[in-house]
Amino acid sequence: MKDAVASAQGAAKEAGQQAYLKIAGVVKKFGDHTAVDHVDLEIHQHEIFALLGSSGCGKSTLLRMLAGMETPTAGKILLDGQDITRLAPYNRPINMMFQSYALFPHMSVEQNIAFGLKQDGLPKDEISARVSEMLELVQMKKYATRKPYQLSGGQQQRVALARSLAKRPKLLLLDEPLGALDKKLRQQTQLELVNTLEKVGVTCIMVTHDQEEAMTMATRIGIMSEGQLLQVGTPSQIYDYPNCRFTAEFIGETNLFGGAVAVDEADRVEIEAPELGGRIRIGHGITGPKGMEVWASVRPEDIRVDIRPVEPGPNRARGKVREIAYLGSYSVYHVQLASGKVVKAMVPANRWYEAGEAEPTWNDEVWVSWRDDMPVVLTA
Amino acid sequence: MSLLRKLAPGRGSVIAVPYLWLTLFFLVPFLIVLKISFAEQDIAIPPFTALAEYADGYLNFKLNLSNFLYIFTDEFYFDTYLSSLKVALITTIGCLLLGYPIAYAIARTDPARRNILLMLVMLPFWTSFLLRVYAWMGILNETGLINSFLLSIGLIDEPLHLFHTDFSLYIVMLYAYLPFMILPLYSNLVKLDLRLLEAAADLGARPMKAFFSITLPLSKNGIIAGSMLVFIPAVGEFVIPELVGSSETLMIGKVLWNEFFDNNNWPMASAVAVVMVLILIVPTALFHRFETRELEGKDHA
Amino acid sequence: MHNGGKLSPFLKGALVVGFLFLYVPILSLIVYSFNASKLVTVWGGFSLRWYASLFENEQILSAVWLSIRIAFAAAAAAVVLGTVAGLVMARFKRFPGSTLFAGMITAPMVMPEVITGLSMLLLFISLQQLIGVPTERGFFTIWVGHTTLCMAYVAVVVRSRLVEMDKNLEDAAMDLGARPLKIFFVITLPLIAPAIASGFLLSVTLSLDDLVTTAFLSGPGSTTLPQVIFSKVRLGLNPEINALATITVLVVGTFVVLANYFMLNAQRKRDRAIAEAMRADAPKLPDVPLESLGRPGRA
Repeated sequence: MKDAVASAQGAAKEAGQQAYLKIAGVVKKFGDHTAVDHVDLEIHQHEIFALLGSSGCGKSTLLRMLAGMETPTAGKILLDGQDITRLAPYNRPINMMFQSYALFPHMSVEQNIAFGLKQDGLPKDEISARVSEMLELVQMKKYATRKPYQLSGGQQQRVALARSLAKRPKLLLLDEPLGALDKKLRQQTQLELVNTLEKVGVTCIMVTHDQEEAMTMATRIGIMSEGQLLQVGTPSQIYDYPNCRFTAEFIGETNLFGGAVAVDEADRVEIEAPELGGRIRIGHGITGPKGMEVWASVRPEDIRVDIRPVEPGPNRARGKVREIAYLGSYSVYHVQLASGKVVKAMVPANRWYEAGEAEPTWNDEVWVSWRDDMPVVLTA
Repeated sequence: MSLLRKLAPGRGSVIAVPYLWLTLFFLVPFLIVLKISFAEQDIAIPPFTALAEYADGYLNFKLNLSNFLYIFTDEFYFDTYLSSLKVALITTIGCLLLGYPIAYAIARTDPARRNILLMLVMLPFWTSFLLRVYAWMGILNETGLINSFLLSIGLIDEPLHLFHTDFSLYIVMLYAYLPFMILPLYSNLVKLDLRLLEAAADLGARPMKAFFSITLPLSKNGIIAGSMLVFIPAVGEFVIPELVGSSETLMIGKVLWNEFFDNNNWPMASAVAVVMVLILIVPTALFHRFETRELEGKDHA
Repeated sequence: MHNGGKLSPFLKGALVVGFLFLYVPILSLIVYSFNASKLVTVWGGFSLRWYASLFENEQILSAVWLSIRIAFAAAAAAVVLGTVAGLVMARFKRFPGSTLFAGMITAPMVMPEVITGLSMLLLFISLQQLIGVPTERGFFTIWVGHTTLCMAYVAVVVRSRLVEMDKNLEDAAMDLGARPLKIFFVITLPLIAPAIASGFLLSVTLSLDDLVTTAFLSGPGSTTLPQVIFSKVRLGLNPEINALATITVLVVGTFVVLANYFMLNAQRKRDRAIAEAMRADAPKLPDVPLESLGRPGRA
């Protein structure tokens, strides 16, 4: 797992040595409300970066500042060395694919795609060449003369993408790119969209509240909450090494145990966790004083459930099965510990069959445990 | 928050054009009416005295309050205002009672037929108001449709006196103002989430109960907008009382018209108008507020 | 969408009573316009004589012509001013004096016309004293009055259309390089065109129909159609007016029914196209197993 992290970091570094887009100390206030709170972010060329957060976290405001629809209260935005902080949206080499697409309803597919090129005053034949290139790219040639209302949701999305790529922007912004599509279509379109973006090689920033979408599509993700950028990293870094409780709980599911540092050696940390009724041991050191308040995050898929008692030690506890959610290839067990804390554990469907054991049911006594390389220590 | 708002060059000039027009042709005229209401009638062109006079190094202002004193002390004017308000109120209630079920029924029919019904409500509105009032003259007359019908079936022996009565006034007021009530009510009711009524029924509310506890309160904005749209112009209505009303029914619009056109008393007509505006300021503000609220409701949808 | 479909007997009754109430007077107007008798309400056989005499009535014909000219001139001005006013209300929202502005838009729609008519007349008389224009009351003064009245209606119609419009469309146009003025003409205006058209028609109707404001603002040489009708019906029933009313109802009715028919047809076509387009998404769906999405990005 460590290797995976290292390679992911390497990939991020390879993507570009210096920042292509630099957001420095950007603040946006609406009256008393701070929508974006001192955000610093660097994005490399050809990267697909996702801003992930729940609604109202400031991600859309940040995107609108990049597009020029809002002006930052403080801070700077540099694109390819040029300060664009106060540049009008119609002068920026940035285009956006809008939420629910904002296709011009009174114009055909072609006219929509040509709109931006016309504003630049390109010669007619160049415009039509570029339009057909774009139609080719998104495989919408057949539909060139249709009006937006004659297109399905997925087709509208492709036209919107073509329109925002037509001007060959230095930076493409995607606002909830697939939010208007239903779930099944979304999954298929995610990969299609990434393929197209990679083919074009455009630098992208997308905003989404859908973690699955961010994880699938982005090379790096930034987690936002209450106007602040909490963590930036590759999908696996964010999932495996969250740096705070918010990220740990926001991305995927996790079990959090609060506690105090009892032992902190080079090869291990032990946390006294009252909710567990014992210690949590982690196989590496942290640099924190003894007694420091920390949290340990353990993912449900890292927790093992046993019906036979396990040997006493750290990282384990006894509890009662309260709920079982059957989800096909695995089940989620809700196990209530003596402290009242409910631990969620993901158990593969064939777990009991292969062990030759009877499947536990409600109110059965079980033991939960995990390896000491599984938990992540969180200090915030 | 829109971009056009911040970036439009000459945003001020966009606002200025309609703003200046309305100020010059709607607001300033009111101030002039106010000014003239303090003048005296005069045999001159125009037929009123000036408020300010410059003579022998003195600038004299003369505010003549007698028009207002007259309005507030003379029973005739008081009764006229009262009776105008009464007529407008009864018209409004009548329109609401008749218009609500119609608007509700249209909002509840399926969308295909809904458009046709709505068009049928709008159609009279698009034809001449004056001609629609005239139509009733032929119906309410001594020899009109109602009387001929009742006579022919032998229900009455001699024609009823319907024309130029309070009855004819109210029926035509109701007729003329009904579309103004139905339209805002309809556009409010059609947005009502029917699942709320289903939920109420599911929770055991009977239709009547569901109507009074859910539909009616939720359509409050539509009711107020529609009522004000009827009430305010009805207070100052001139044509209907003039053509079909009884000569004893006092309506302030008629009085203003007579003061101006028949008595040539412009200051008095102005004073009558000023008092009418004062009476109507509150309902107008109410209308404005609820109309805006209706629109903003759409904004969040 | 929920199809109410079945209405209760009470609601059905309300519809029948309501529509009878709205239409019986109009139908009676039409029937008696074909009456040969001069006594409007006494049937004397079928005849078209009142139509013939209507078309010989110089007074009515010249009033019709004046009314039409004023109506189109006022509607044209009202559409321009009202669209700008609607845009200001929908998009600028707060600016110094915005409350007054919004009030001045709403007030003309409800203010009794005797007040607006009187006040505008007094303005013109004051202006005449002050700067010498307008020299007389007539076409110009009526035009100003009707424009002021109608622009309020246009503004309200345009505003509600703008409020419903997706604001992202304007942002998208700006993002693609269009400047505000261009956005207004290329994006906003085409999209609010239906509202502007109905505002125009509404204005024409209001202007053609206006009696009270016109009475204050007209001069000796300028008598509009409603003024002629008013002076005639004041004296009692007049079969020529029935004929005139029938023509009005026929013209307006045909127009409204046709407009409605074409609008509904266009809407139906559009709905069908949308339904068809949505089906395009359906067949391409592969079966994506749930697990493949369960744990992305984990080494």
